[in-house]
Amino acid sequence: MAARESTESRLAFWATALPPLLWVAVFFLIPLGVIWAYSFGENLGLTGVSISGTFANYARAFEPLYLQIFAKSVFVAGVTTLLCLIIGFPVALAIVFASERWRPWLLLLVMLPFWTNLLIRTYALIAVLRTEGYVNYGLAWIWESASWLKTLVGLEPLAPYEPLQLLYNNFAVVFGLVYVHLPFMVLPLYAALDRLDRSLMEASLDLGAGHLRTLFSIVVPLALPGIISGVIITFVPALGAYLTPDLLGGPDSQMIANVIERQFKKANDWPFGAALSFLLMYATFIAIALRAYLSRGKAADAHGI
Amino acid sequence: MRTAKDRPAPLEYNRRWSMRLWLTGVFIFLYAPLMALVAFSFNDSKRNIVWKGFTLKYYGQLFRNDDLMIAFANSLTIAFVATLLSLVLGTLAAVLLWRFRFPGKAAVEGAMALPIVVPEICMGVAMLVFFSSVVPWPNNLVWPFNLGAIIIAHVSFCFPFVAMVVRARLANFNKEQEEAAKDLGASEWQAFRDILIPHIRPALIAGALLSFTLSLDDFVITFFTSGPNTVTFPVKVYSMVRFSVTPEVNAASTMLILLTVVLMVLGALMQKSSQRRS
Repeated sequence: MAARESTESRLAFWATALPPLLWVAVFFLIPLGVIWAYSFGENLGLTGVSISGTFANYARAFEPLYLQIFAKSVFVAGVTTLLCLIIGFPVALAIVFASERWRPWLLLLVMLPFWTNLLIRTYALIAVLRTEGYVNYGLAWIWESASWLKTLVGLEPLAPYEPLQLLYNNFAVVFGLVYVHLPFMVLPLYAALDRLDRSLMEASLDLGAGHLRTLFSIVVPLALPGIISGVIITFVPALGAYLTPDLLGGPDSQMIANVIERQFKKANDWPFGAALSFLLMYATFIAIALRAYLSRGKAADAHGI
Repeated sequence: MRTAKDRPAPLEYNRRWSMRLWLTGVFIFLYAPLMALVAFSFNDSKRNIVWKGFTLKYYGQLFRNDDLMIAFANSLTIAFVATLLSLVLGTLAAVLLWRFRFPGKAAVEGAMALPIVVPEICMGVAMLVFFSSVVPWPNNLVWPFNLGAIIIAHVSFCFPFVAMVVRARLANFNKEQEEAAKDLGASEWQAFRDILIPHIRPALIAGALLSFTLSLDDFVITFFTSGPNTVTFPVKVYSMVRFSVTPEVNAASTMLILLTVVLMVLGALMQKSSQRRS
């Protein structure tokens, strides 16, 4: 009986373990492993790659041209994250303090764009920002009204409206990234602020601290793990963004993912693209490890009190 | 004169006009572009900026656009098959990590979480290399088998999400129920089917919804695994967007937004009914 049971439970274990393990190994780890191996290889002819153990691809990635693109990607992702934090923090706060009736609706409103196709959201922004887009159309209308008002009081009319170049530049890329990643920031912030003990805020206000002081010396320190989570969760996908810089950016707003794509498609330099992919992956892992490290430190602090 | 009742209490941030203004501004920022996109899919003008009148002609064009319709069918097929596979693999992975102790468990846990955190572009190029030089996927297979490479790639990034959702649900499963079933003579499989599966049903619905949407939405990874004969809806829309901003793209986008909303409502309803049952 016992023997039958243990055979059966061993069978259950393998039946449970094998399919997902095999899948992850064959269709995820092996492809990544192949890329990793390619990053130490060199091109042979048009399609062949020989894995020769060279570090030349990584050395090339550290040439000023690519280093600059890396630095720029980190900068753009950083600005995006900061803007998301500034825009998203009051939103998260508002949802936390909303009434029971409103809260699910506000959360749904934040989450709905998150479920909408990324490509479609990016395309929607093109229609808003292009030279004959809604923003420029609105501005032109205001400009012409102002011009008309001036002629009405007998002044010279304004010069014809020059549409602003809002698309195909770095501004558009940051705008698009903030648009796309805002929910990534609001949801972890909401989760952190929701756990906050409100009596601490009330105590701070009762003891005479203003709202800003309460925010910076009570709310922010207590919600710090959540803020760090939000920052990393926003920063990581923004750093690896491909579609937004591709569709909204100009020739000088390429990010690292666009360079990787070009190595694999147009430039056909797989080993170099593989090296860049792994550098991006290492950067991602460092960010995630940082989050784990920082939030663990905070958790220990909280227990220490 | 303002009375004490009118004045917001200290923590009633939402009654402050500054907060309301901010919230309204953010929601306009999030929704105005999408609403304009939907509205202008009904606009009777090719220029697509001034409202000229209501029309459905771009939806008619959409349905006569064979390439787009094939791409749409491809996307739905891929999402459907990938969701089925992800449900099976994700549930097994969740049960594995929740129930068994085995050497190397931490490593397995890490490997299962990896597809969630790896940048899409890295996964995309890995799949491109894998399916073009390691295991070349034959490109002359009959439909739907020609979509195999894309389906496999989608399952690889969808099933860890299913595993995550199911595992969260398993955390509050009472193991005694399963033990009682086994004491009463149920086999491992019977206990799994009759006790565990009903308990995790809401998570299965949520996971299915998540993986269907993820698969339907994915552009980057599909972009690297799709060939000329295996175009998906986002890949097709991408090539249209690159070309120009037209009401037809607006109509196609509106269809996809509608599909997403329908899926979400359906998921919420199913979740509600399954919670009522349990």
